[in-house]
Amino acid sequence: MKAFEYASPRTEREVLELLAADRGHTEVLAGGTDLIGLMKKMIVKPDRVVSLNRVESLKTIDANSTAVHVGAMVTLEDLADNPICEFYPAIRQAIGEMASQQLRAQGTVGGELCQRPRCWFFRDKRGLLAERGRAVEEGDNRFHAIFGNSGLAKFASPSRLAPALIALDARVRILGPNPGDETLMPLEVFYRTPKSEREREHSLEPNQFVSQVILPHPEGRVSASYEVRHGMGPEYPLVAAAASVLVTGGIVREARIVLGQVAPTPWISREAIDAIVGLPINYETAEAAGRAAVSVASPLSHNEYKVQLAKVAVKRALLKAAGLETGGLS
Amino acid sequence: MVEYVWPSKEDSSVLGKSIDKIDGVPKCTGTAKYSYDINPDKVAIARALGCPHAHAKLKSLDLSKAEKVPGVVAVSAMKKVGDEIQWQGDLIAVVVGDTEGAVAEGLDAVLAEYEQLDVFVEDANLEAAEAAGRTAKAGGKVQLEKEPEGDDPDFEEKELARLFKESAAVVEGRYGIAAITHMCLEPHGSTCEWKDGKLTAHLSTQNVSGTAGQFAAPLKVTADDVTVHCDYIGGGFGSKFAVDRWDSLAAQLSKDLGRPVRLMLDRDLELKNGGARPSGYAESKVGADKDGVIKVWDTHFWSAGGFGGAPVNQSVIPYVIVPPNYRRRGTNVKINTAPVRAWRAPNHPQGCAMTQTAIDDIAAKLGLDSYDVFERNLVNVEDKDRRGVYAEEMKIAAKLIDWKAKWHPHGKGDKKGSVVSGLGMALHTWGGGGHPSTCMVKIHPDGGVETFIGSQDLGTGTRTVIAIVLAETFGLPVEAIKVNIGSSKYPASGPSGGSTTVGGVSESSRHAGLDALVQLNEKVASKLGVPAESLVAKGGRIHAKDDAEKGLSWKEACSLLGMSPLEVTSKGAPGRNSKLSSSGVGGVQMAEVEVDRETGQVKMKKFVTVQDMGLVVNHKTAVSQIYGAMVMGVAYALFEERLMDPRTGAFLNSEIADYRLPRLGDIGEFVVEIYEPESERARGVIGLGEPPVIGPGAAISNAVANALGVRVPVLPLTPKRVLDSLQLAARNA
Repeated sequence: MKAFEYASPRTEREVLELLAADRGHTEVLAGGTDLIGLMKKMIVKPDRVVSLNRVESLKTIDANSTAVHVGAMVTLEDLADNPICEFYPAIRQAIGEMASQQLRAQGTVGGELCQRPRCWFFRDKRGLLAERGRAVEEGDNRFHAIFGNSGLAKFASPSRLAPALIALDARVRILGPNPGDETLMPLEVFYRTPKSEREREHSLEPNQFVSQVILPHPEGRVSASYEVRHGMGPEYPLVAAAASVLVTGGIVREARIVLGQVAPTPWISREAIDAIVGLPINYETAEAAGRAAVSVASPLSHNEYKVQLAKVAVKRALLKAAGLETGGLS
Repeated sequence: MVEYVWPSKEDSSVLGKSIDKIDGVPKCTGTAKYSYDINPDKVAIARALGCPHAHAKLKSLDLSKAEKVPGVVAVSAMKKVGDEIQWQGDLIAVVVGDTEGAVAEGLDAVLAEYEQLDVFVEDANLEAAEAAGRTAKAGGKVQLEKEPEGDDPDFEEKELARLFKESAAVVEGRYGIAAITHMCLEPHGSTCEWKDGKLTAHLSTQNVSGTAGQFAAPLKVTADDVTVHCDYIGGGFGSKFAVDRWDSLAAQLSKDLGRPVRLMLDRDLELKNGGARPSGYAESKVGADKDGVIKVWDTHFWSAGGFGGAPVNQSVIPYVIVPPNYRRRGTNVKINTAPVRAWRAPNHPQGCAMTQTAIDDIAAKLGLDSYDVFERNLVNVEDKDRRGVYAEEMKIAAKLIDWKAKWHPHGKGDKKGSVVSGLGMALHTWGGGGHPSTCMVKIHPDGGVETFIGSQDLGTGTRTVIAIVLAETFGLPVEAIKVNIGSSKYPASGPSGGSTTVGGVSESSRHAGLDALVQLNEKVASKLGVPAESLVAKGGRIHAKDDAEKGLSWKEACSLLGMSPLEVTSKGAPGRNSKLSSSGVGGVQMAEVEVDRETGQVKMKKFVTVQDMGLVVNHKTAVSQIYGAMVMGVAYALFEERLMDPRTGAFLNSEIADYRLPRLGDIGEFVVEIYEPESERARGVIGLGEPPVIGPGAAISNAVANALGVRVPVLPLTPKRVLDSLQLAARNA
């Protein structure tokens, strides 16, 4: 990596004062499990790295009667171990799937949500959009998007926590650009599909950062995460799904079903939600929801298998949320 | 006259027992110093810049900006303008600096312009390769039992057609095994120290005795001015026999700069340059009688050796089971990747995966038990002496995996939801004869024993093997032997490749040890007044064979040497007449898997290896090495492959984060049995490093085929490949 200035502020205000308004000059360092690799490969070359590691206000988990506030610098391991996860099984399951103790212990909630795509063309310095989409379209796209890929961006959203958090209706607190500025937005809105190389895969300006994730009280909803992985290693899942459902009288009244690793953003499947609401969860209805989810899939030349995996992931996430056997390898 | 033999099993005190590695503690605790760890005072850090394009001509190269980066002390071009680059990551320039940061900025400041040329990397796609003009004829052979009558030019085709027509079952299929990289945990490279006209090169190498001269010539010195040193190596697998061009450059830079220079490839460039195993693909037609005994085999295979590298050798097709009639024809596919390097048991894993899968397909087609078909085909094992050994090993392996109870015909097993299970097996063979080796043993008058061999430890236990052999020879505990290896200044020994090290160092150590003992025994004999021939070294004493009381302690015996240590140097005598070592091993591997038909995920349940290896020197490290081979086998069967972008030729997964390897949770239960009846032990020491890595691809592929009733033709068996194969089978049904 190139030489850089390292800043280690103590307060949120100091963080904002150290961040530059222009993209590329400064980067926010959380756990570093992604940023360090990007810097070593010179994919990002910041002049200044602003570490959040000593900002104590970002490391707390506070619960009140309506919501839980999780600081962005809470490690994944600490979040999974926290008793509040009893109410959010989808979170604990998603973190539990993240192999390598090091990633869980060093990685943070905010960093996990803001990590850059694994797209190998992006990581080969061909840009986030990979030569305006051409590299993906005409190249090896086995791990790329099967939904939402009609624009230039065809990478797959890498976050493993975001599908669960979006299913749970989480919001994020964003600080900046100026000290005192604060925005609350649903996590699903935070992510966006970039249309040019000047944009990123989320809506943060260079002088903003995520300070908190806010989880509403589940109010009786049950949830689950399901990942289809190729092996037990730290590699990213092939496809993931999270579901949060409100079931009364054996009938699904409300549902949020979100897929990961399948689109440039976490992918809320309206089709799957429509297919399951009003019905009980059983093997047939879960299967039908999976089929509905992929009815709008648009696979690329080498990733049709991900359509099948997305169908299975939705089905199994729903079954798991309902406390039923998911099937598959034990 | 010394008789160079091993003691019997009953007479052995440490030979063949389970002995901890004598260098296990430094390896586990991190005190062992690998080449990458050598950090001399004022060492300059050097890193290379790789070409971003897979096929290009270098149009311009400007190093001036890089030279001006603060902290950069030298920039050296590795290509000149006009050179054609044949793979992504080929080295363009090297930047040397005081710190990692300065070097990184220097690399970023190298300005190179390229003219991009046509790229081809799709080695699996023969049709595309032909269309791109990227194929060349490779070797081939035809063997038919029947002699042609007259000079019928069509005899070969007609005879093959007749044999297929007479076959009770014919299988036609495509089979393949993708290229993988060596993925040495410690990348290729060295730390070079030039001082007073001499070079010390801390080289990560499998060949300390053979590399000094390679360093010397470009530096305009002779090999005696060079010391190659390598105490520990973090993986080689056949890719670290030579001084690479970047190592020579590191030595030159050290000479030019007058300070030590460390140049190790980074992970990305390691995977792009440090070696890969050639891919192999085959179109095969196989004919068998109603019992599954193969009568005729016809294969066209193709393989990519990378730019200038050798593809899979035709000799491994068909593999182990070679029917009386066969034809093999090869094609070399020329792709834009670095030249391949030898990878653990070169050619054999590919030969096994491409052909023993077709044997299993014969079993499936005839509805027979795969075990029975393999057993009946032992008549087709070329080396008649080995047929009975395979038969015995198959029985043991079948018992260990409970084959008969678990077997079901292909695709007809019980389903647990979407999960099906299956069994598969494969046979393998290897040479493993000892390489030339020289050992110097030094016995000090105070009883200390040290030994010097210009060999190296690939991590598998060379030091411990040497210590065991000499401890057994002198009747001492293993820890009493101080083993010195890893330097080109020690007596020359062969490179560690082809599973030749254990045979080589066992031969030379036993010879040198016995020769030394004869001299020591003479002194003891005259002191005790007994014939020297009647003495034995056992339990820390040298004493009369039939009267243990009549003797001296080892220390007392050594004190008879006077002022000077006893030094004996000997070469072993590996080869036909040796009673200490020989060559030729075999083994059987059986795998049990579960497959989720909905996701294409494959899970290892149980994996059995039964292996012969002649006489076992150290049971513990032998078993450990088989475990390692099985893990590596699971890796290439289910996970790892080099992924090349068809459009750009980019190496897409050249980072550990993207290059999939199995973890402990992926390998299931391993069971290892070493087959060592007296008939095998009597053959002496034979290398084991490579053989157990050969069969896993075919065995696991066969198990998956047995589970699904569908062949997934190409390794590794990823969820994508499994699902694609199931979809194709459903479409064809």
